[in-house]
Amino acid sequence: MSLISISQVHVGLELPAQEFVFTRADLIRYAGASGDFNIIHWNERVAKEVGLPTVIAHGMLTMGTAIRVVTDWLGDPGKVIEYSARFTRPIPVPDTDEGSTIKVSAKITELLENNQAVISVSAIHNEVTVLAKTTATVQLAP
Amino acid sequence: MAINQEFIGRTYPPTEVYSVGREKIREFANALGERASCYFDVESARALGYPDLVAPPTFAITFTMQAAGQVIHDPELGLDYTRVVHGEQRFVQQRPIFAGDEITSTVSVDSIRSAAGNDMITVKAQVHATDGELVSTVYTLLVSRGVGEAS
Repeated sequence: MSLISISQVHVGLELPAQEFVFTRADLIRYAGASGDFNIIHWNERVAKEVGLPTVIAHGMLTMGTAIRVVTDWLGDPGKVIEYSARFTRPIPVPDTDEGSTIKVSAKITELLENNQAVISVSAIHNEVTVLAKTTATVQLAP
Repeated sequence: MAINQEFIGRTYPPTEVYSVGREKIREFANALGERASCYFDVESARALGYPDLVAPPTFAITFTMQAAGQVIHDPELGLDYTRVVHGEQRFVQQRPIFAGDEITSTVSVDSIRSAAGNDMITVKAQVHATDGELVSTVYTLLVSRGVGEAS
């Protein structure tokens, strides 16, 4: 597929939203793949001891997953030239088959020179924003 | 305990060389639930104009967080790691990371500030290919929650 052109987009354009589910298995898989074995992401006993309701998702799992709304739309993840997020609320992941769901939406907020676009990303769990000030700058075709 | 402001600007030695492998990219992409073929299939990545598999945009965290450990665990800094949470994260990519890259990370203390009883430190990791090319710059903001602060 060819890269989306700057002429095909405008400020306010909403990208297709997606929902993602995190289960305990997903947290363990991400811990292994990323090397982040912080105990609050896999040990319920310790998570509760430090005041959390249960184990929580890695912020970087949420951030890494949320960008899929941008890269799936873009078709080329190598064109993400900047990506930043603030972790505002943890996502508790109970020991259930259903896990925890995040809803991710994104829209273009600014067009820059050199055919670049700034995209604002929103990630919501249980009606609470879990990533704030989350933006991606992408390179589009002329 | 306040962290040592004199650490702003301090730079640590580059890490050992990290070899970016195809299977690590596949494993990381799989852990994010990714399905995009350029993370898994070399021909798909080449069709996009890349030399080999492309790493996901947040892949660098797998080695920069470890590199940042040099700062986090530096006893002179005075950071209480048990009170540290990940506050913000930013990736600036000069180019994507590819399978086959041989890279090093050089970490430095970008900023230290205090607000609402919390200490905040931003660790900057510059990721270079072994030929010296800057590949990406990764900023990690860590928040050390003040004692007595309700979390």
